[in-house]
Amino acid sequence: MLAKDIIKPENLVYQKTKLMTDNVLSYCPGCGHGTAHRITMEVLEEMGIGDETIGVAPVGCSVLAYEFMNIDMQQAAHGRAPAVATGIKRCYPEKFVFTYQGDGDLAAIGTAETIHACNRGENITIIFVNNGIYGMTGGQMAPTTLPGMRSSTSPYGRDVNLMGNPLKMTELVAQLPGTSFVSRQAVHTPKHVRKAKKAIRQAFELQKQKKGTTFVEIVSNCNSGWKMTPVQANQWMEENMFPFYPLGDIKVPE
Amino acid sequence: MTEEIIIAGFGGQGVLSMGKILAYSGIMQDQEVSWMPSYGPEMRGGTANVTVIVSDERISSPILNQFDTAIILNQQSMDKFEETVKPGGVLLYDPNGITRHPSRTDIRIFQIEGAKKAADLGNTKIFNMIVLGAYLQIKPIVKLENVVLGLKKSLPTRYHNLIPMNENAIQEGMKNVTAYQPA
Amino acid sequence: MARELKLMKGNEAIAEAAIRAGADAYFGYPITPQSEVIEYLMAEKPHERTGKVVLQAESEVAAINMVYGAAGAGKRVWTSSSSPGISLKQEGISYIAGAELPCVILNVVRGGPGLGTIQPSQADYFQSVKGGGHGDYRLIVLAPSSVQEMADYVVDAFDLAFKYRNPVLILSDGVIGQMMEKVYLIEQRPRLTDEEIKQRYAWATTGKKDGTERRVITSLALKADEMEAHNIHLQKKYAEIEANEVRFEEFQCDDAEYVFVAYGSSARVCQKAVQLARNKGIKAGLLRLITLFPFPKAEIGRLTGQVKGMLAVEMSSGQMIEDVKLAVNGRIKAEHFGRFGGNIPTPDEVLYALETQIIGG
Repeated sequence: MLAKDIIKPENLVYQKTKLMTDNVLSYCPGCGHGTAHRITMEVLEEMGIGDETIGVAPVGCSVLAYEFMNIDMQQAAHGRAPAVATGIKRCYPEKFVFTYQGDGDLAAIGTAETIHACNRGENITIIFVNNGIYGMTGGQMAPTTLPGMRSSTSPYGRDVNLMGNPLKMTELVAQLPGTSFVSRQAVHTPKHVRKAKKAIRQAFELQKQKKGTTFVEIVSNCNSGWKMTPVQANQWMEENMFPFYPLGDIKVPE
Repeated sequence: MTEEIIIAGFGGQGVLSMGKILAYSGIMQDQEVSWMPSYGPEMRGGTANVTVIVSDERISSPILNQFDTAIILNQQSMDKFEETVKPGGVLLYDPNGITRHPSRTDIRIFQIEGAKKAADLGNTKIFNMIVLGAYLQIKPIVKLENVVLGLKKSLPTRYHNLIPMNENAIQEGMKNVTAYQPA
Repeated sequence: MARELKLMKGNEAIAEAAIRAGADAYFGYPITPQSEVIEYLMAEKPHERTGKVVLQAESEVAAINMVYGAAGAGKRVWTSSSSPGISLKQEGISYIAGAELPCVILNVVRGGPGLGTIQPSQADYFQSVKGGGHGDYRLIVLAPSSVQEMADYVVDAFDLAFKYRNPVLILSDGVIGQMMEKVYLIEQRPRLTDEEIKQRYAWATTGKKDGTERRVITSLALKADEMEAHNIHLQKKYAEIEANEVRFEEFQCDDAEYVFVAYGSSARVCQKAVQLARNKGIKAGLLRLITLFPFPKAEIGRLTGQVKGMLAVEMSSGQMIEDVKLAVNGRIKAEHFGRFGGNIPTPDEVLYALETQIIGG
């Protein structure tokens, strides 16, 4: 097949969703954020709600999510995305509103906003990317850093007696009456990507039905912060992160 | 005409609502009014006071350190506010619970046995209306009919059946106020 | 137009006036001495009256960020708090100013620093007019001195906020918030529909329309040149506000030899002090500031050609006096008199200060 045939629309096997911009992603090669962005936007496109959705970007590696997600977006102060999303959704209950947050944003500085938005059952979707480290600021310890895991502020490994324990926000919000769907997924293999996308789809479908807060954690890697190659990082994630943060649905609607 | 009043006593005596009814009554006869309460932790069972100004003109400061009239309903307030009455002004108080009676001779002093009268009538809730009546007997700055209108304005409709009782209490106060001469 | 007359607390009057001004949402957190605002709103069921959203947030921090979200989507939204809570909101206010979102913030000031006191104060002047949060930004600051003005200024505040896409701060205090006075209320104005918002505010994130550019609300510009350009744009806007929006009121200034400069409840005290001074034969007047930013520099400058001295009266240890002195520029005597920590100056004290610090000083 010639190149001009390959690019014919009828021979198309994959196309980037129109809800991703053409801007070059600012993420490190091997990082899960790009995939997480893409599947979120694919879900919006497949549901036909891209024009009815307002996204809220966090502070952290994905602070520039609004550069890549081709929808109306607001950039929130560190940790405050669920409050910003609450403000939008309360005023526009028929629109779709989601936050996209990392572990520092959601599980440290924004813990109160996260828990209270979930507890009020705000009709929003929270997408929580957990890679157990602060990527943007250069690899410092996160609330989700594993025991013994090294970071630039736990250079000898996280000593839980000194530094406290990792926080399982997803299990925590699953206990709140305001959440209807809480799931933990990953995006490092095609199989995992399909499952994660299915979970995000379910989250937005439930938002459409006004079922309260839907929450999808994506356990991801940070090869730069973890100081590994992308392949090593994915392997390390499977061996260390998944046992501590087991994948699967934690809460589903009755 | 400008009348600057401090009403002071315990929280729960109806100090603030007495001031409010007075302010409403002023509005009913087209006057300018202001009502400035003390607020805060002292409200919770402690002392409460409110400054009420009724005037024919635009009111300047809602905060005052001297008053035309002080209505004093407990000893702490007597200690604090006796000195703030302008020379020639009025001090009205309920002697119930007062251990040190006022001693100034450059002001006019009156007593109203409000607590006792309310107890005699079997309704402690009308205490503040009895005191209000006593005040209006001394200084009829607002007409009784406007007080009734003010009550109507300030009370939720479901309590409007209580208005005749309050009106009655005001009249009891008017009848029972007495002048007091410091020893 | 018929205006309804009520006896209300300042905190209640502003809440009622905001509903009538067509506000879409309020997010707040209780703190003395302004909890009546959210209590009143909740009791009034504005969601039934006009469809207005009222939500008690988990903190002042969350409340101001809810304001950010709703404002970014083009809604008329406001919040209120008192000093310690306003400090908590500063991060969000800086983001709102940076992202150029319209909103109204009420501060019913109490004495500080720290937890301070719940009694009235004006010690948040610097915080209000000099920034408050991080970065080079300004709020439009309106200072009501009566219950009526609490009601009037919230209407003006929404108009100014949308005119300039800038947060407007209503700087009140415990006296104005807690006192009751007569207030004339405007008739209910309709809230804008979602369609009207979409038509009027092209910048608002209400959901992308097909074929149009997506909207982004952000205060971030990673490149220094971009951020500088944004700052220059902001400064131009602030200069425009300074040129167009200065507001003040003068009381017996025509023949005055001395003037008090004050705002809010201090201005009320000074008005009484003017009467007391005139009774003693002192030709005193009052310049009452309505806008604190923009500051009435030109008017103060003009008065320096007429009066012999100025006394800035504030419930602080001397904050506004710095701006007064800058405007006076050494031409006449200008001094500060204040009570603070929750104490309110009396008219007598203010007059004495004028006599000793300015006239005899």
